[in-house]
Amino acid sequence: MPDRLVHLDQLTIQFDDRPVVDRVDLSVRRGDIITIIGPNGAGKTTLIKAILGIQRISSGQISRPSRLIIGYVPQHLSLEATLPLSVRRFMLLCGQSASACEEALERTGVRHLLDASVHHLSGGEKQRLLLARALARRPDLLVLDEPAQGVDINGQAALYELIRQLRDELNCGVIMISHDLHLVMAATDKVICLNQHVCCSGYPADISHDPAFIETFGHQVAESLAVYHHRHNHNHDLHGDVVTATGHQGTCDHEHH
Amino acid sequence: MSIIDSVLSDFFWRALFGGLGVALVAGPLGCFVVWRRMAYFGDTLAHSALLGIALSFLISVPLNLGVIITCVIIAIALVLLSRTKALATDTLLGILAHSSLAIGLVTLSFMPDVRVDLTGLLFGDLLAMNQQDLLWIYGGAAVVLILLAILWRGLLMSTIHEELARVEGIPVERLRLALMLMFSLVIAVAMKIVGVLLITALLIIPAATARRLAKNPEHMVALAVVFGFIAVTGGLSLSWHLDTPAGPSVVVTAFLTFLLVYGTARNASQ
Repeated sequence: MPDRLVHLDQLTIQFDDRPVVDRVDLSVRRGDIITIIGPNGAGKTTLIKAILGIQRISSGQISRPSRLIIGYVPQHLSLEATLPLSVRRFMLLCGQSASACEEALERTGVRHLLDASVHHLSGGEKQRLLLARALARRPDLLVLDEPAQGVDINGQAALYELIRQLRDELNCGVIMISHDLHLVMAATDKVICLNQHVCCSGYPADISHDPAFIETFGHQVAESLAVYHHRHNHNHDLHGDVVTATGHQGTCDHEHH
Repeated sequence: MSIIDSVLSDFFWRALFGGLGVALVAGPLGCFVVWRRMAYFGDTLAHSALLGIALSFLISVPLNLGVIITCVIIAIALVLLSRTKALATDTLLGILAHSSLAIGLVTLSFMPDVRVDLTGLLFGDLLAMNQQDLLWIYGGAAVVLILLAILWRGLLMSTIHEELARVEGIPVERLRLALMLMFSLVIAVAMKIVGVLLITALLIIPAATARRLAKNPEHMVALAVVFGFIAVTGGLSLSWHLDTPAGPSVVVTAFLTFLLVYGTARNASQ
């Protein structure tokens, strides 16, 4: 298996002639954690569906090694109430051995729920179950669509930490969508800001400076993120606007951590 | 034992044997109808069976074959039409269900030479079951059960989460088609038992009853078969002793079982 797991070249997806994903270039390699952020309707889910191979593309190319195993963690597991299903049965449906399934559940911390009904799980438990299911297939590429939805703040940080550990253990690539900008910035290698096209991409520390990012998410968000992630090499006035060192007049002069 | 008695019991046993054969496949397929919310879809296919019968007379092919082919065509038409999203699925189903039933009835009225027992087709004629019907039922049941066993994991997985199934390499679309083919086959053979108007009941009532007690999909299927057996046996006995129509009696028994189970049993897993 080559190091490069997925490569998108000028990928475009149109719905009724309206581009939802517009000429996106992207590569995921082993060991990468790439997070896609962007406003609602930016085409994030459509883009990862294309990566998963379940979305028809309009133009451009996707290349994947032929034997690539993808572990997918969908946004929701909304189960029909009429379908009785235990955690054990759901895991076994992935076609792996019982011991591999239990090991995966153990790894995501929900092994004790083996005999519980899937209908009774909380949002966080369901996400961990879905993650375990993806894990049991020993994926080369892990694709997650808002993995922390319905998980409380503490749980979210733990979940992102777990995803990072799994990346190290499996030596897989990870690509995910997230809305939790603060957590993303702390836990990701590379961020892609999508708004149909890729507005900007790069390391979390750099991206919050990017004019395209600021335009998409607004000044306040960009500033609050910047506070978390890098030492400022410039100053702010009381409104948070950047002022040059020479034009500094009666405002704060500090370093954020 | 008088001759009349032995003849009576002969057709009674034949009816029972046939009814049990239908319940055997109605159980697992009924579960899919319930899980995938296809009750109205099943109804539409069943109604189109009457059109199938009319067409079989028109072009002289065996009834069962005509029904199966018509059901498959209607099923494919439904899938294609619902993709265009021009009309809501339930509107589309309503249009196709009743139009095909009406076209079937009108077509039959144009064929005065053809003597069709309409009541039997609409409500079932279990007690008129012959050897050939039994052959169809058990042949059809064998095909459906073998297919279900082979396709089980994929069918279940695509019912639980279609996208996840696709990513895992399960051929979701082909399985949907296979499921429709199985429905068409079951409708063609079950028509004899309960009639086109009551087939959906035989599919969904035992499955819904089983849901109350089941902990796992396979458990629910097994229970649905058991409740189907109870409905057929109870319904036929009712019909035998009280001289009630057989098909409706089977459905009434299924319904009573449903009420009993929901009234008394603790919910197994919710």
